[in-house]
Amino acid sequence: MSIYQDKILDHYRNPRNFGRIKNADKTAEVFNHVCGDRIDMDIVIKEGGVEEIRFEAKGCAISRASASLLTEYAKHKKIDELKKLDKAFIINLLEIDLGPNRIKCALLPLEALKKLIINGQ
Amino acid sequence: MLNVTHIRSDFPIFSDKPNLVYLDSTATSLKPRVVIEKLREYYEKYSANVFRGIYGISEKATEEYEETRQIVADFINAKSPDEVIFTRNTTESLNLLAYSLGQQIIEKNDEVVTTIEEHHSNFVPWQQLAAENGAVFKIIDITTDGNLNLGKNSSLEGIVTKKTKILTLTYISNVLGNINPIKEIARQAKKINPKIVVIVDAAQAVPHIKVDVQDLGCDFIAFSAHKMLGPTGLGVLWGRYDLLESMLPFNFGGEMIESVEADKTLFKSPPYKFEAGTPHIAGVIALKESIHYLEKLGWENVEAHEKELTNYALRKMAYELGKKVKVLGPSYPNHKGIIAFTFEPYHPHDIAQIFSDENICIRAGHHCAMPVHTRLGVNASCRMSFYIYNDKTDIDKAILALKQVEKVLG
Ligand SMILES: Cc1ncc(COP(=O)(O)O)c(C=O)c1O
Repeated sequence: MSIYQDKILDHYRNPRNFGRIKNADKTAEVFNHVCGDRIDMDIVIKEGGVEEIRFEAKGCAISRASASLLTEYAKHKKIDELKKLDKAFIINLLEIDLGPNRIKCALLPLEALKKLIINGQ
Repeated sequence: MLNVTHIRSDFPIFSDKPNLVYLDSTATSLKPRVVIEKLREYYEKYSANVFRGIYGISEKATEEYEETRQIVADFINAKSPDEVIFTRNTTESLNLLAYSLGQQIIEKNDEVVTTIEEHHSNFVPWQQLAAENGAVFKIIDITTDGNLNLGKNSSLEGIVTKKTKILTLTYISNVLGNINPIKEIARQAKKINPKIVVIVDAAQAVPHIKVDVQDLGCDFIAFSAHKMLGPTGLGVLWGRYDLLESMLPFNFGGEMIESVEADKTLFKSPPYKFEAGTPHIAGVIALKESIHYLEKLGWENVEAHEKELTNYALRKMAYELGKKVKVLGPSYPNHKGIIAFTFEPYHPHDIAQIFSDENICIRAGHHCAMPVHTRLGVNASCRMSFYIYNDKTDIDKAILALKQVEKVLG
């Protein structure tokens, strides 16, 4: 099965929450140097929950679709809940099977989110 | 052109995967049956250690092992098999040099010169060596047409100086596909500094062109068996004997010593001085079969075949996809069978993935050559490369796959 399923392609072509937030509470940038991917993610937190979250991505379809899906999920969720998200969650969210090399692309947005919500990261 | 149908029947992987389109021989080559059978022969018939046993199968293993050393020496026209050292791969051969030679001769303010188009394995060891010893690390740039910028009339003037103790460079770039005029470079470098040591990363050359170390006039070359139809885990370092003799050992241990006493050890002479521990015996023994295989095909035929495929691919990509596909490196004719390209706005990983869905193997990323990608202002590229088992239909399929990329992601 190709990993370019309709859901992935939809979020690749029309990423949700794309762009930056001017007065963000926190900003994170993450890189995958192996393939030159880069994601910038901004967040506004209110009362322990995500008020607003946006990203900009330079990279492959998987990292971009993953960022779109993840930010869509994270919006209005409690921070404590988001702290628990892991690799299995992302795979389930994307609904595709990725080999050991491509999984890194899919996990890059999660790395950015963790930087935004875990203190000291 | 080579008879590809016939050649493919010599490679068991094509019986297992008849539809495989393998365009990543620059990373590693496929293996013919004769090589696999030779590995098996060792394990089944005389799987003893070398140099140690005074019994039949150990002697047989040792004979087979040393026979390959002679065959490798003849293959690259070394003066003697004692100049041929077996290592794990090109990377280890080059690290051995940076340590055993570099640490000994490089001092403060000396210069170590390499190029921007090196694989990391011929870049980082020298960068680190220079940093540790306070030496100057100089990098030869490329010209806009993707060849090395060797200065006025390729004289190396202003690049190599009397202070340059080591010049190390690749014969064929694994990204740009350009072939460097090693013979001329070595000659010019030695004119400027007769004592300079010239090292050649021949990982992409030995599998594809006739390499004659005496004719090249360099001091060392490094290459990997796995890129030339041979086993993985085996590399070669060839060096001029007088230099090898003067170098420090790389690893200490078994096989490399003459005698050990409580307070001192006497080392063997090269090549054994550099082959500590039990080597990749099966691999060495099987390597002779890859060399026989290549020699039977004939260098002229191999080169002509790859040239025809490369030119066909470059022409056809330009015709079918126009300016959307940008090929890195020089244009015809100084382009060996390695084509790295970008296809904006699609990411190389997505392109390689869609190729993979069509059973086509290409490489995506920076191919262990970040400096040249940075120099060209691209994060990553795709790369297809050709070898003796590829034909024009493989290229046609690759071009269809590029169109598929547009269809899926466009
Ligand atoms: C030009 C060049 N040098 C060095 C290497 C490293 O070879 P190995 O991984 O076998 O050590 C490669 C392989 O990718 C290469 O293409």
